[in-house]
Amino acid sequence: MSDASRTDRGTASGILGRVFSRDHRVIGLQYFFLSLTAALVGIALSALMRFHLVWPGASLPFFGAIKPEQYLAMLTMHGTLMIFFVLTTAPQGAFGNYFLPLQIGAREMAFPRLNMLSFWFTLLAFLVLLSAFFVSGGAPISGWTHYPPLSAVPSAGPGQGTGMDLWIASIGLFCFASVLGSINFIVTVLDRRAPGMTMMRLPLTVWAWFITAILSLLAFTVLHAAILLLFLDRHAGTSFFVPEGVVVNGSVLQHSGGSPLLWQHLFWFFGHPEVYIAILPGMGLTSHLLSTFARKPVFGYRAMVYAMMAIGALGFMVWGHHMFVSGMNPFAAFAFSVMTMVIGVPSAIKTFNWLGTLWRGSIRLTVPMMFAIGFVSVFVTGGLSGPILAQPALDMYLHDTYFVVAHFHLIMGVAAVLGIFAGTYFWFPKMFGRQMNSTLGYLHFWITFVGAYAIFLPMHFLGMAGHPRRYSQLTDVHYLQALVPLQRFITLAAFVTIAGQAIFLVNLFWSMRRGQVAETNPWEATTLEWGEPTDSLTVARGAYEFNVPGAKAEFLPQREGQDAS
Amino acid sequence: MARALLVALVLLTCGTLYLFIAKIWWMPTLASVSGAAVDREFSATLLILGVVFVLAQVALGAFVWTFRRSKQAGYSTGHRGAEIIWTVITAVIFIALSLAGERTWAELRTSQTPAEQDVQVEVTGTQFAWYFRYPGPDGKFGKTIATNVDASLGSASAIGLDTSDPASKDDMVTAVLVVPANRDVRLRLHAQDVIHSFFVPELRLKQDAVPGLNVEAHFKANKLGEYEIVCAELCGLGHYRMHAALRIVSEDEYSQWVRQQNGAAR
Repeated sequence: MSDASRTDRGTASGILGRVFSRDHRVIGLQYFFLSLTAALVGIALSALMRFHLVWPGASLPFFGAIKPEQYLAMLTMHGTLMIFFVLTTAPQGAFGNYFLPLQIGAREMAFPRLNMLSFWFTLLAFLVLLSAFFVSGGAPISGWTHYPPLSAVPSAGPGQGTGMDLWIASIGLFCFASVLGSINFIVTVLDRRAPGMTMMRLPLTVWAWFITAILSLLAFTVLHAAILLLFLDRHAGTSFFVPEGVVVNGSVLQHSGGSPLLWQHLFWFFGHPEVYIAILPGMGLTSHLLSTFARKPVFGYRAMVYAMMAIGALGFMVWGHHMFVSGMNPFAAFAFSVMTMVIGVPSAIKTFNWLGTLWRGSIRLTVPMMFAIGFVSVFVTGGLSGPILAQPALDMYLHDTYFVVAHFHLIMGVAAVLGIFAGTYFWFPKMFGRQMNSTLGYLHFWITFVGAYAIFLPMHFLGMAGHPRRYSQLTDVHYLQALVPLQRFITLAAFVTIAGQAIFLVNLFWSMRRGQVAETNPWEATTLEWGEPTDSLTVARGAYEFNVPGAKAEFLPQREGQDAS
Repeated sequence: MARALLVALVLLTCGTLYLFIAKIWWMPTLASVSGAAVDREFSATLLILGVVFVLAQVALGAFVWTFRRSKQAGYSTGHRGAEIIWTVITAVIFIALSLAGERTWAELRTSQTPAEQDVQVEVTGTQFAWYFRYPGPDGKFGKTIATNVDASLGSASAIGLDTSDPASKDDMVTAVLVVPANRDVRLRLHAQDVIHSFFVPELRLKQDAVPGLNVEAHFKANKLGEYEIVCAELCGLGHYRMHAALRIVSEDEYSQWVRQQNGAAR
């Protein structure tokens, strides 16, 4: 059954009721379209940046030439939009809200009103962020990481005044919304599971959302505190992050006693777990899809759960690897480096188990399956540059170069986005009652998969050649001239890949109205979301019972009374 | 589709391997003694991770191709022995890699002892220029005062040198970093306004310059020539054009340069 044929429960009727809905499915869709919008803005910004990098003097229609500070404003906004409003919002806010209750057999999230509030705060945060483009000075230029003093001193550059304040306001709202959302997720998983749905019977998607919610709760609260301190440094004369004797633009600041490194510690204490907040749901979904379409149980279900827990826990102990060359005591690097390497172990376990799930399966290469396989490939490629950057001596060379840009875009950007696409193609029949067109789906997969590699693989070599990141143009540093042809290739690849996303948009909106009407369980999956939650629902078995020896059916749904039917 | 995936993954693997072996784009020629350890570490790491990369990508493609629509899927919920084996193997590899990396880091950063004959230079980063200060014959850096800073009055004023301090009399402030080859160079990095980062690819050296901190960095150059010092930490709209020259010269040339600078200052 699709959303349209379902009566709204627990929500006021009328248009207002539908907009300000407390229904988790409506909220899930609201998050989905919010992050789609954010992604389109973020992608447009990257197209402009790629354009400016290789044609710095060229002027755009209605815009003129892009100035260095405008490039940096775009860079800051691209990072912020993608990390907060796409990679955090789509996997957790959209799919989590829509499917977590369905997959555990709950009729609603534990706190529907909180859920609604969480969405509206996120939307408000989004609007506040975008407004930074339109104030005097424009959007902030200090990158999404906002290292002080650059971020703490309004006179340090254009955009560091009102634009920066709007950024702080936006992320403050976002943190608040995330905390509300994560409490809701945690309670729902612990408290609202249908009878028989033990923790070890949960689909791995639910485990991923659950662990992600715990990470969000712990990480966003710290970010919230950090940006509050930054705000106070900017407006209340405090000196948390600004030391004595700082001279900006010829004038001496009246601060003393602060430490720029304190911000980095706080920020990355949030920032590193944030990477896992973005990618864990994708990992959960990949496990889910590989099993469903290989028609085989997840290889090492328990190991997968423990690996996700280990990644989540270790994720809080490695933030210092972002700071090897920050001026932090070099002895601290030893501990952070070892802990970072250790994260490689659960990550490798996940990869091995994915391969183990495919081994001797009967693989159906549907569109969502293609994206899940793509996820594994990109996860491996992006993940393997991790143990390079985790070594402080190597990071000393590669830090803040394009090598890092390649690393995090592959592992958290592209992998997570492939996960989001996989989720969209997979759950579309449930969300809209129709199937997406698979020819367009395959075409979209190939352009995205090949295109992403064409964009980000070469960036490793830029980094190895010593190309620093966040340079608005390559005109001044001499040794960068030799890298211009490679940058041009990347820009070209980016343009093609971005254009290819139009295929997805067309497919998405066309299929909503015209797609082939979907059956109740079009993928022959086992989990509960492919039926409706009822009061008498009980769960009979684990999530991935495919081709069980001796069973009458090829797959055994989790729902009691549906087996062998 | 399965064949296409296999081909794509094999092409990806071969293409990547080719680029890493052909070294069309690579680290620039090494110009420091300590950098050799970095390069060695990098090669060893690449070799190990390269093997893992090839095995994982090819296995992914091969599994998908082999088991596409096979008639009957096997049933397996996992294999404890296999889990233990690959967990132990990856743990051993990563920890060994980590220990090797720690050793290089210790060699570079935590086991340096300053010596009399070392060249000392204070590096100041400011939006969007680098300044280099040599302590002169007395071996002492004079005081700097924030309120004295005025970039329009030349290099010494740009860092706010306190001319009333006797130690500052023989300090020499330049916009170019000149150091002799085969001598230890000790940098004291510092920033005036926002964070900058001192990066010379040929030295394999990068270190942030942070307001309020004096961060030590060290290198010993061994290849004469002129190199570029760039800023590697986003510092504002002129980040992309914040660069300076590093000249690595012979001992003779160095002492001649120092004499010239002193002459020019007087």
